[in-house]
Amino acid sequence: MDIYLLEAIINGVLLGGVLALLALGLNLIFGVIDVVWIAYADIVMCGMYAIYFLDVQYGVPLPLAFLIAIVGMAGFGVLVHLLIIAPVLNSPPLNQLLATGGLLFFLQSFATLLFGTDFRNIGVRLPVLEIASMYVSFARLIAFGIALIGAVALYLFLKRSYIGTAIRAIAQDREIVGLMGIDQRRIYFVVSAIGGALAGLAACLLALQYDVHPFIGNTFGPVIFMICVLGGLGNMIGGFVASFIISQIIAIGGYYWSTELSYVFAFTLFIVMMFIRPRGLFAS
Amino acid sequence: MSWTRVAFVIGIAILIALPAVASTYFLHIAIQILIWAFIYTAWSLMGRFGFVSFGHGAFMGVGAYVPALLWTYWGVTPWLGIPLSVVAAVLLAVAVGYPCFRRRVVGHYFALVTLALSQVVLLSLNAARDVTGGSLGFTQRAVGHSWYALQFPEKVYFYAIAVLLWLGGLWVWQLIDRGIGREALEAISEDEDAAASVGIDVLRQKMRVTVISAALTAVGGAIYGQYVKYLTPDTVSGVAVSLQIVFASIAGGIYSLLGPSVGSLLTLSLTEGLRVWFGTNYIGAANTIYGVLLVLCIIFMPQGIVGTLGGLRRRGRPHAKPVAPQGTDHSLIRRPSSAAQ
Amino acid sequence: MLSLAAVSAGYGSFQALFDVSLDVSRGEAVGVIGPNGAGKTTLMRVISGIIPMRQGTMTLEGRSIGELPAHRMVERGVAHVPENRRLFPRLSVEENLRIGAFIPAARAGFQERLAWVYDLFPRLKDRRSQVAGTMSGGEQQMCAIARALMSRPKVLLMDEPSAGLAPLVVQQVFDLVHRIRAEGLTVLIVEQNVQQVLEVVDRAYLLEVGAIKLAGTAAELKGNSFIREAYMGL
Repeated sequence: MDIYLLEAIINGVLLGGVLALLALGLNLIFGVIDVVWIAYADIVMCGMYAIYFLDVQYGVPLPLAFLIAIVGMAGFGVLVHLLIIAPVLNSPPLNQLLATGGLLFFLQSFATLLFGTDFRNIGVRLPVLEIASMYVSFARLIAFGIALIGAVALYLFLKRSYIGTAIRAIAQDREIVGLMGIDQRRIYFVVSAIGGALAGLAACLLALQYDVHPFIGNTFGPVIFMICVLGGLGNMIGGFVASFIISQIIAIGGYYWSTELSYVFAFTLFIVMMFIRPRGLFAS
Repeated sequence: MSWTRVAFVIGIAILIALPAVASTYFLHIAIQILIWAFIYTAWSLMGRFGFVSFGHGAFMGVGAYVPALLWTYWGVTPWLGIPLSVVAAVLLAVAVGYPCFRRRVVGHYFALVTLALSQVVLLSLNAARDVTGGSLGFTQRAVGHSWYALQFPEKVYFYAIAVLLWLGGLWVWQLIDRGIGREALEAISEDEDAAASVGIDVLRQKMRVTVISAALTAVGGAIYGQYVKYLTPDTVSGVAVSLQIVFASIAGGIYSLLGPSVGSLLTLSLTEGLRVWFGTNYIGAANTIYGVLLVLCIIFMPQGIVGTLGGLRRRGRPHAKPVAPQGTDHSLIRRPSSAAQ
Repeated sequence: MLSLAAVSAGYGSFQALFDVSLDVSRGEAVGVIGPNGAGKTTLMRVISGIIPMRQGTMTLEGRSIGELPAHRMVERGVAHVPENRRLFPRLSVEENLRIGAFIPAARAGFQERLAWVYDLFPRLKDRRSQVAGTMSGGEQQMCAIARALMSRPKVLLMDEPSAGLAPLVVQQVFDLVHRIRAEGLTVLIVEQNVQQVLEVVDRAYLLEVGAIKLAGTAAELKGNSFIREAYMGL
């Protein structure tokens, strides 16, 4: 096999890791609260800006900046739920989509207002490893590793803890969890916080590799949507697997053409896959 | 002589008289309001039946760029270019809509797929930057006053075109509203299975309204492109444009004839007002405020302006009340039956 | 112990309960019988807090509970076994039981409580890892009751426990109610199966079209000619 193709495939797998985090977050929120955070990618963007300013502007050591970003985004997630989602919980789903859509618009505009449209980078230059004459970015490798750890941690939390089990339960039958003494609203907050934290974690991992600008959410946002639809909305495992499928398509497409066209390629294949299995590849 | 008739006549009179009294600037705004009103009306053809597309930016983008590119590079007249762009948009609509409808991709899934679609079109336009100029924009080859190239320095011409376009859109809306197809579509939006079981060809009906909606949106995009002559991918395609279309239509009220147009009037006046107020001082400030108002509007005025004002006075069958049973309906317009807290 | 006075409730513009008053004393088993659509399930939901009361008062051990939301009722010692079981289908039996013990008071003695419940329901112990949605109707009902018991309730509300179950299984369920009573719990059962439920309760109320039509001891109701004709087919 062509060594460059193999390199692309490996990079695709690594990219898939971070995408998987976001897919998990989006699916978690949808599975429990039944709302799609259209602005999810833009929340990641906020996290990336936070990291940039903490690290570059205020000289906060990077690991600390990462931590602050994750916690901050968790809080932001709760805020989003409180201010935007909770008021429209009983509205038609269209209104909910528009509300988070409005948030997307707001975040992108506000970021433009505050930071301008320049691209910014935290300037971390991690080495590029050479493995069997293939070049793999160390940053990407770390990102993948941490993403996997995050995914496993989430899995364990959902499986083992009381709250985690409650979260899984509420996704299966929202109405009667109250009968077990579970406060629905509290669970929503927890889930929103976790979703935000995952976005914050993804922000850390992306900040290592990419520049940030107000509209960066538009590049991977639609990809996350494709992943979640492909894996089945609310299906955490499906989303996890679909992340790697889509990231592979993008990587391979990018190898043969350009990165931008690879998105088109991915979308085309996505439509085809929709045709074959409309409820997602892993309809539950 | 009913009030509606009187209002209609007055409205037409105002429209005709406007170029005589309005300044160039106001005509400019009016043209945009009319073109966008046309596009919003086109979107509502689908939206009112619960087929909420977040991807109309794709059709508008195709409609805007295809005639512009054909004219600038190959001298193809927009009179030919626009129909071609409509064909392209329709093909896109079919390519995405058919698998979705055939396999019952509805509700949230449909919204996300269409969102991805509009973004992919934007990305494609960016990727083809050698031809389209990418995010730096594309300026059409200007030839002054020309019917062949559909370019007119004098705003009056485009104003007339915009008015005719808008009226045409309203006419199509009426056609669908009064036609048998409307009942079928409403049945489908309530419960697809039940509709199919009484013999309604669900797929055909959905495809038909989608194709019409996409085609009209493309025409709107094309006229818009002809008017502004300078195009960038994110002004005519992408997530923001798609969201804008959905929001403005909803804000104005999608179940009434003039609702989307009211939405256009309001949103454009608002953005223009904000832009004037902020000037070039704070880039993004106007949009930020707009975004905030968007969210507030959704939270506090979910029925839309016309809907809220119209209320019970609304003609035609009002949409089913929230306590209706769920059935196999995945419409985004239905409230969840078991209300979360 | 549990007392409702002049309670009215409904859904939207539809009123389901009119001026309902009933009492359950500590250690008693009380039944509520009536036809379909009488409002029995609504009654259960009002008591457990899923649906708010419109009018009236509700007290538990003297303390008012009328305004409490569902998840607070559990802390007060009211457990509700919902109509149609409503297990969490993709969780295992043990996970369902675990969720039943969500409140802090119940988490403390979880293992001990679990052992007690498995003792009452040996079949569940055999199936502890089985996914709840794959069990039979009778087993699901056992699991639903067990789940409610995990929260250490004082009052157990059971909504149509015999619904959709084979006669033999129904018998098992009602035998269980005997055993639960023996453990000292107070039970309020809503049932369509009049014959069976009157064998198990001390007193009962007849609910028709949202209002209490009759009340009395089980013996009295068993002998009542109206009940015998309309509900027991005799």
